[in-house]
Amino acid sequence: MSDYSLPVSAVIDPGTAASERGTFLERLHEWVVTVDHKRLGILYILYSTLFLLVAGAEALFIRLQLAYPHSHILSARVFNRFFTMHGTTMVFLVGMPFLFGFANYIVPLQIGARDMAFPRLNAFSFWLTAFGGLLLYYSFLGGAGLYGMGNAPDVGWFAYAPLTAKSFSPGHATDYWALALIVSGFGTLGTAINIVATVISMRCKGMTLMRMPLFTWLLLVVSMLTLVTITPLTAAQFMLLIDRYLGGHFFDTQAGGSSLVWIHFFWIFGHPEVYVLVLPAFAIANEIIPVFCRKAIFGYPAMVAASVAIMFVSLSVWAHHMFTVGMTSVSNAFFTLSTMLVGVPTGIKIFNWIATLWGGRIRFTTPMLFCIGFLFQFLIAGLTGIMLSVSPWDWQLHNSYFVIAHFHYVLVGAIVFCIFGGLYYWYPKATGHLMSETLGKWHFWLFAIGFHITFDTMHFLGLLGMPRSIYTYQPDRGWNFLNLVVSVGGLIQGIAVLLFAYNFIVSYWRGEVAGDDPWDAWTLEWATSSPPPPYNFEVLPEVHSRRPLWDAKHPDDPDWEYES
Amino acid sequence: MQMVPTRHLVRLGTAAALSLLAASNFAQSDSPSTLAPASTPAHQIFDLSVVVVAITGTIFLIVGGLLAIALYRFRTRKSDPVTEPAQIYGSTQIELAWTVIPLLIVVVLFLTTARVIFAIQDAPRPKSALDVTVIGHQFWWEFRYPKYGVVTANELHIPVSSGSVSEPTFLKLTSADVNHSFWVPRLAGKTDLIANHVNSMWMDPQKPGLYLGQCAQFCGSQHAMMLLRVYVDSPEQFDRWITAQQQPAPQDPAAAEGKRVFETQACINCHTVSGTAATGRFGPDLTHLMSRVTLASGAMDNTPANLRQWIKSPDTFKNGALMPAMQLSDRQLDEVTAYLETLK
Repeated sequence: MSDYSLPVSAVIDPGTAASERGTFLERLHEWVVTVDHKRLGILYILYSTLFLLVAGAEALFIRLQLAYPHSHILSARVFNRFFTMHGTTMVFLVGMPFLFGFANYIVPLQIGARDMAFPRLNAFSFWLTAFGGLLLYYSFLGGAGLYGMGNAPDVGWFAYAPLTAKSFSPGHATDYWALALIVSGFGTLGTAINIVATVISMRCKGMTLMRMPLFTWLLLVVSMLTLVTITPLTAAQFMLLIDRYLGGHFFDTQAGGSSLVWIHFFWIFGHPEVYVLVLPAFAIANEIIPVFCRKAIFGYPAMVAASVAIMFVSLSVWAHHMFTVGMTSVSNAFFTLSTMLVGVPTGIKIFNWIATLWGGRIRFTTPMLFCIGFLFQFLIAGLTGIMLSVSPWDWQLHNSYFVIAHFHYVLVGAIVFCIFGGLYYWYPKATGHLMSETLGKWHFWLFAIGFHITFDTMHFLGLLGMPRSIYTYQPDRGWNFLNLVVSVGGLIQGIAVLLFAYNFIVSYWRGEVAGDDPWDAWTLEWATSSPPPPYNFEVLPEVHSRRPLWDAKHPDDPDWEYES
Repeated sequence: MQMVPTRHLVRLGTAAALSLLAASNFAQSDSPSTLAPASTPAHQIFDLSVVVVAITGTIFLIVGGLLAIALYRFRTRKSDPVTEPAQIYGSTQIELAWTVIPLLIVVVLFLTTARVIFAIQDAPRPKSALDVTVIGHQFWWEFRYPKYGVVTANELHIPVSSGSVSEPTFLKLTSADVNHSFWVPRLAGKTDLIANHVNSMWMDPQKPGLYLGQCAQFCGSQHAMMLLRVYVDSPEQFDRWITAQQQPAPQDPAAAEGKRVFETQACINCHTVSGTAATGRFGPDLTHLMSRVTLASGAMDNTPANLRQWIKSPDTFKNGALMPAMQLSDRQLDEVTAYLETLK
């Protein structure tokens, strides 16, 4: 075992890089036709960052409208389009592409591979997703067909039938919504298949399943879950289009169809989708937390088991979105129980993270700060999730601002925080430059403060009876002040994100040179140069433990002596 | 740097306390707050929620506290040695403990919850209960009292159910078009209105008064203006109200011209006024329009000026409402308004 050494030298021929970069058009062409997993990863990340700004702007308009009662800044129709587009964009064009961007860039590097299993499928999937997004946004221009301008989807991101039927949603906006999700859904499926195949078959010598970094493990779980969840959504979209154009009656209540069929299909997709988005956030935290507290992750086998358990349990909880549709008391009790059970594996994860921190030497760098924010916020999000699983209480809280607060705690407080953490963490690997720590800390504190002002307050609006999806409210309901607070918090988050965007762009040229391993980390991506060459590793590495770089840095005390 | 964890916690705590303060300050008596229950199902839910908050709050204090302690105690110090800290890979006993304890908490929470689910959802319907059928429309509520032959809209009247006279109200809910949701937070949890699907719920408000609510399932452009008012009347008030609603529409000869306009325009395709040619069911029943305090499902107060403007151009108040502007002349508008003003 002692005859191997890491890090492996990565660059075969360092002389060619700068001199042969070509003209701008040539370089653009290279990016468009690329099948390199790292470039596709970066394309995914840039694409989702762009849509993060777009959907964030939509959120700010929503908050501007709701800052005071009876506001007329947006009309009812425009407001409905904005919240529909905000939700759809954030889930399908921000959350999913971010996760696939990270997976694309990191997974092959972490398992010591030269690329994904199917590089061309990888490129095809990215462009499908990208054009799906463009199709969705084209609806702003083409949604009203030949008759007029401006008609984006306005049926909510959940698009409950029969509101989506031709009689209630004329024009083509709803068609763009369905088609865009079908197209980007196929892209998603392609990438999910690709990640599963890559993780199963492309691991380097010595990397058994139980030696994979947790990031890779979780992305494997997520990809398998994606295969199961995106399919019912795609099927439902086809059924919707059949209803709208081929005289189908799946959801057409006027002809004996059922709204509940859509609701079941949507949430059989929709709830596991939450885990599809949040497991990559866990994955990022699993990488960052150990590195910045200088300890191995606590209870690796339990973390793997908990992730797989979450995958399975998450498939049996969808109807907790449907406690108010009139299910029997036994069904309500069943979905209450199954939902509460998700708390057990999730709890194990939180405890293991705390145990990882315990006894470490915690360095409060920007990536770590975002992960600490994630830990607190995810704890709260989990506990409000327990509250919502209590079905009688959910009869009150369902579709209120409490629910909005809860799922933004998950989607922003956990997922976006981890995405930011991951961007700060891997940015030096992808660009060779560190992002500014000073700006990063400003970003973190502003974003965290804005986040809490907005979403902590929203819980109380929900308890005070404010329903979601309303474009305005009556001044006599006792919601005025809290809504203003929520909007101010939104503005602060907006400023923080702009600060991030500035840091993200400018650090590419001005950031401190990172070197191969700026964080003193332990997984294989830090063994190659920053940015890695197209072939990743000159010699494919061989590993003997979960932390190959720890073994290389501590030859006297390697991990493989302790791992079972 | 070192103060990060404490600051974080303090901020969280202050934010929560301030919001709570704000919440209690702004919860006025007519606020549709879930924190001020006034009917058995709402009370049971509120009591359950207190138990759940106590359990989850304790979990938050313990786990959040441990996290804060870890962050504070194990921060990097200048005095730290340059070597790495001791590597600990896991502990089966500890991990088993924090698997089993949450499982036990889940069992307790589930059993507590299940009791309330069955208590509310499967509550027996007493003989004295009042039945009301609720039909959701884009963007208004239709209420039908089958026992009394009364049909009204947007403002539900039900009797108080207190002390010796237990008269809960049982609602049957369905929809004429898209999905809606009936939510009056102080009286009960919400229940969806779905076409081809009849749901039910009940409430037994203990104090007379006005209880506000609104549609809680996005139903189209004017979902926000599908407001809901529930008047809980004393038994005498309720009897008086029902008797008045059972009368046919008043016939005031002074408004005959307005009635003629009403009956010869498309108004009658959608609206009903009992005892006239108007028998439409697409829009609200107008037989006793003047007994209602608001128009267009709470979009504005029921004043003659608002009524006239609403008939002239519904988009002024509720852009996207399905009532068309009827293109009446000013004189016709005045006459129709005058006629509708007689429908007391």
